[in-house]
Amino acid sequence: MEYFGIIIGAIFVSNIVLAQFLGICPFLGVSGKVSTSVGMSGAVLFVMTLATLVTWLIYVYVLLPLGITFLQTISFILVIAALVQMVEIILKKVSPPLYQALGIFLPLITTNCAVLGVALLTQSKNYDLLQAIVFAVANAIGFGLAMILFSGLREHLNLMMVPKGMRGVPIALVTAGILAMAFMGFAGMV
Amino acid sequence: MNQWQNFTKGFIKENAVFVLLLGLCPTLAVTSSAINGLGMGLATTFVLVASNMVVTSVKSFIPDKVRIPSFIVIIASFVTIVELVMQAYTPALFDTLGIFIPLIVVNCLVLGRAEGFASKQSFLSSMIDGLGMGLGFTFALTLLGSVREMLGNGSIFDVKFATGDAILIFILQPGAFIVLGYLIALINKLRKTT
Repeated sequence: MEYFGIIIGAIFVSNIVLAQFLGICPFLGVSGKVSTSVGMSGAVLFVMTLATLVTWLIYVYVLLPLGITFLQTISFILVIAALVQMVEIILKKVSPPLYQALGIFLPLITTNCAVLGVALLTQSKNYDLLQAIVFAVANAIGFGLAMILFSGLREHLNLMMVPKGMRGVPIALVTAGILAMAFMGFAGMV
Repeated sequence: MNQWQNFTKGFIKENAVFVLLLGLCPTLAVTSSAINGLGMGLATTFVLVASNMVVTSVKSFIPDKVRIPSFIVIIASFVTIVELVMQAYTPALFDTLGIFIPLIVVNCLVLGRAEGFASKQSFLSSMIDGLGMGLGFTFALTLLGSVREMLGNGSIFDVKFATGDAILIFILQPGAFIVLGYLIALINKLRKTT
């Protein structure tokens, strides 16, 4: 039941993109087509889970015993940057098809605030290891859900008659606002 | 380009939020009131100026291949300083801004200026660029925060000017997207006519 609460909470109630405003750059930047959003969501799922696992271990077994938790930000971002590089190299060698699918999105993820954000949120919520992983996976799914819904809407928007001044980013943002309003309907569920 | 143009380009012409669309996460998340926007903007400005100054000073010692990780370490150090200072002196603001203070590290604006400007230009230009872009970012956040606070709460900088019911949706999450969308449309219009 406790895990169920974490999952529903992270995907719907406090959706990482639409309620917490993390990962807005890819949300607006690569949501032009449904196929690219699926690729991006897959890469985020992969990196976010790994990053949360590794940063959790570092926080609990290195930073906490040494009493240097103020170095949290700097150590987390370095770990995430190194991790993304490593994942890229390993994927290239082990699974070329997966690398083909996710490859171009991986470098972008280092500066995706959603990954660092979830790693930091996990610490502030004092989750244990299993809860942290469930939380990371659920958040990544929430990111994917918002991203894929939004890219579907944007594909339709391209066919619509939009007033000249609102074309492009402005109408996309207003659409995202309405999507966020829809997600507000989940508030209070958990 | 003279230094005055270098300074002022961040406000409208190359505004980080309205034109370059960089650093949107904190922009949307913390602007539920004008004062929050201002605080976040100033914190980012400090990091931007300091990291630009350091990056431009050490640019000739950093091997090309590891420049991005090095820039990230420099930026993260200044973010940690800001974090500790704000925690000590403005605890209320620190609590409201929450995880968006450490997230200045991954604000694309800061890394973008370090990589795109400070790593190529002179010390003075980099400092002025950081200050101009940072204040432009602050301007955008304060403007967005003010509009949302006016519509959503009937006040500005916590000074109440309207009574009765305000349109609450504007200080909730959807309002952030909608107000920013209209502000970008407006700025696009202004840029075309000038």
